[in-house]
Amino acid sequence: MSGKKFISGDEAFAQGVRLAKAQVISAYPITPQTIVVERLSEMVEEGELDSKFLHVESEHSALMAAMGAAATGARTFTATSSQGLLYMAECLTYVAGGRFPIVMMNANRATALPWSIYGDHRDSLSLLDHGWIQIYTENAQESLDMAIQAYAIAEQEEIRLPVMVNLDGFVLTHTYEAVDIPTQEQADAFLKPRETWDKLDFDKPVSMAYTVGPDLNEEYNLLHHKALLNVAKHIENIDVSFEKIFGRKYGGLINGYRTEDADLILITLGSISGLVRDVVDELREEGVKAGMIRIRFMRPFPAEELIRETAHASAVGVLEKDISFGFEGTVYSNVNSALSKSAHKISTYDFIGGIGGKNISKEDVRSCFAAMQKKESEEVRFIGLEVEDDI
Amino acid sequence: MSRLTKEITWYGRGGQGAFTASRILGAAAMLAGYQSLAFPSFGPERRGAPIRAFTKISDKSITDRSIPKKSDHILVLDDSLYDPALADGLKEGGSIFVNTAKEVPKPDGVMVITGDISRLAEEILGRPIVNIGIIGLLLGELPEIGIQNIFVSIREYMPSKTVDKNIRLLETILSQKK
Amino acid sequence: MIKARLTERKKIRRLSELPQGGSCTAGILIEKNAGWRNKRPEVDPEKCVGCHQCYLYCPDGVIVKAQKGIVIDYDFCKGCGICAKVCALKAITMEDER
Repeated sequence: MSGKKFISGDEAFAQGVRLAKAQVISAYPITPQTIVVERLSEMVEEGELDSKFLHVESEHSALMAAMGAAATGARTFTATSSQGLLYMAECLTYVAGGRFPIVMMNANRATALPWSIYGDHRDSLSLLDHGWIQIYTENAQESLDMAIQAYAIAEQEEIRLPVMVNLDGFVLTHTYEAVDIPTQEQADAFLKPRETWDKLDFDKPVSMAYTVGPDLNEEYNLLHHKALLNVAKHIENIDVSFEKIFGRKYGGLINGYRTEDADLILITLGSISGLVRDVVDELREEGVKAGMIRIRFMRPFPAEELIRETAHASAVGVLEKDISFGFEGTVYSNVNSALSKSAHKISTYDFIGGIGGKNISKEDVRSCFAAMQKKESEEVRFIGLEVEDDI
Repeated sequence: MSRLTKEITWYGRGGQGAFTASRILGAAAMLAGYQSLAFPSFGPERRGAPIRAFTKISDKSITDRSIPKKSDHILVLDDSLYDPALADGLKEGGSIFVNTAKEVPKPDGVMVITGDISRLAEEILGRPIVNIGIIGLLLGELPEIGIQNIFVSIREYMPSKTVDKNIRLLETILSQKK
Repeated sequence: MIKARLTERKKIRRLSELPQGGSCTAGILIEKNAGWRNKRPEVDPEKCVGCHQCYLYCPDGVIVKAQKGIVIDYDFCKGCGICAKVCALKAITMEDER
C-alpha cells in the first residue's frame, strides 16, 4: 500500500511501523489506540509485514516483551494510552535506563478519575521524567513520518533510547484525512535494518539490566541524560535525510510560526497547533504582532530553541492540555524554566484547556492572546469553562 | 479547483454506516483535489445509539479539527432522528437531507430534501443500508466532488461485496432525481 | 557456556569508560569467594562416571564438565556439600580444609 490514501492517524501510524519493518510487536488494546495494533495484526496475518505479533495480557507485559525482544537486537514496537501507559510506567524506566531503542505510540487520553476516554496530555506529560524521548505530532501525515523517523532517532548510536510518539486521542487517532504513504523502497533507503553490538549474543555473552551501586549509579544517570540531550544534535540531520527521500520535513525540536518579530507568542503541542496558527494569521491582519510555537519534542526539552524563538516577545503564553495539580501546567513549568534564562524579561501565562476532551475553540485561543495583550494577571487559568468558577 | 469550504454533519445510528459514508465523501473530496477531514462523534459505541459523523472539505488546509458548530449540510439517515430544530445547527443557506418515506415538518426558510432511500436500498442491496445512497441526494449541492470520485472512493474503501450494489443504488437515485 | 573468570576491576575514571549501551561484557568476577570454607569437596576420579548430577545441582556453578568427570573451581566453591549429597556413587567427599 502506497500513494495518497484517506486514513486515520492510528492507521497512518500503523503504516509507518510497517514501513519501518518492526520485527516484534507486542501490545494490549486500549481506546483510542486499538486501531493501530488491529491494523498491524492484520498486516502480519496477511503477510504484508514479516513480524512476530505477541498478544500479551497487559500493558506491563507488552513493554516488557518488547524490551526482551529489543535485547536480542530486534526492532520492536508497542502502543498504548492513558491508564495503559500509567500501568506500564514501572517498565518505562527499565527500557530507558537499559537503553532499549523501542518505539511506542501513545494515544493521548485523559487519566481517571473522573474516567474518560477522551483526549488530553496528562498521561504522557506525567511521565516526562522516565527517560524517554517524547514527540507530539500534529496530523496523520506527521504521525506516519515520525513513526519512521522515531526508529532512526532511537537507534542512533549516540542516542540509543526509547521514543514515545504521542498522538492526540480521537482528534488525531480517529480522524480520517489524506496521507501520503511512502513506498517500501523509500523507507528502506532511509532506515536500514537494526544492527547493534548491544544485544544478547551466544557467541559474545553480555550482561544486561544489571545493578549499579551508589559508586557509579549517578554516573549512569548522567550518561542517560547526555544521550537524551544528543537528540537535539541529531534531529536536524535525520530530518534533512528524511526530506531528501520523502520530500517532507518537520524541522527540529520546535516549529515556530511568524515568531521573527512576534510580541505575543502562544506555545502549544499537538493537534491544536493548526487552529492557533489560524488565530495568529487573524491577529496579524488586525495589526497584532502575534506568533506561535509548536513544541514537537518535550524531551529533550527545547530550552535554547525557545529562548531564541522568543527573542522579541514581551509575553509568552502556554496553551496546554494538562494540569499538575497543586501547581501549574507541566508544559508551562518547563517553558518558564527555560525562559528564565532569557536575556530579557518575558511575562509568561499558563492557559489550561482541552482537558478530558473539552473542545478548544478559536474564541478560546483568541482569549489567550487577549489576556497577554491586556497584560492580565499571570495566574494559571482554565479556559473554555462551561460553568462559572465561584469557588 | 474552485473555492470550496463545506462542513457536513451526518446523523445516524450505530451500525447504519454514517461514519463510513462521511469517510467515503471525504476520500472523494481528496480525489477531487480538495483537503478533507472525516471523523465520528468520538466516544463509546453501541449499535442503534444515535451518533454523528462529520466531513469537512476545503480548498485550503483544514486546521480546525473540532466538531463544527454550524454545518452547510445535514444528512439524516434515519427519520426518527429528524427534528426541524436540526436547522439551528445549519449555516445561513444550509440544507438538510432526510431519508424518509414520509412528509416531514420543514423549518421556515430551510431547504429540506427527502427521499425514500430505504426502499431503494431494500430493492438493490437487500438491506435498508442508506449511508451511501443518501450521498446521491447531496451531490446536487456539492457538484465539485463529482460522482466518479465517489465511485472510486467506494471501490477503494468499502468491503468488496457491497461495492457494485452501492454504486448501482447511487446511480438509481441520481437517475430518479433527474 | 562461558565460564566466569577472575578479572581485575578496572577503575573507571571517565564517563566514556562506562558501557555506552544497555549491556556490558558478561562473565567477569572481581574477587574470589573462597578461604572461608570449613570443608571442601574432593572427587575420586576412580568412582566418578561423569553423570554430572553435581554439575546440575551446584548452586554456585563452580563445577565444570571435563573430558572425563568434573573439575571444581575452588576459587568460588563455598563448601555447601550439595554435590557430595547428590552423588549416587559417593565419588565426592567433604574433606576438612586445612
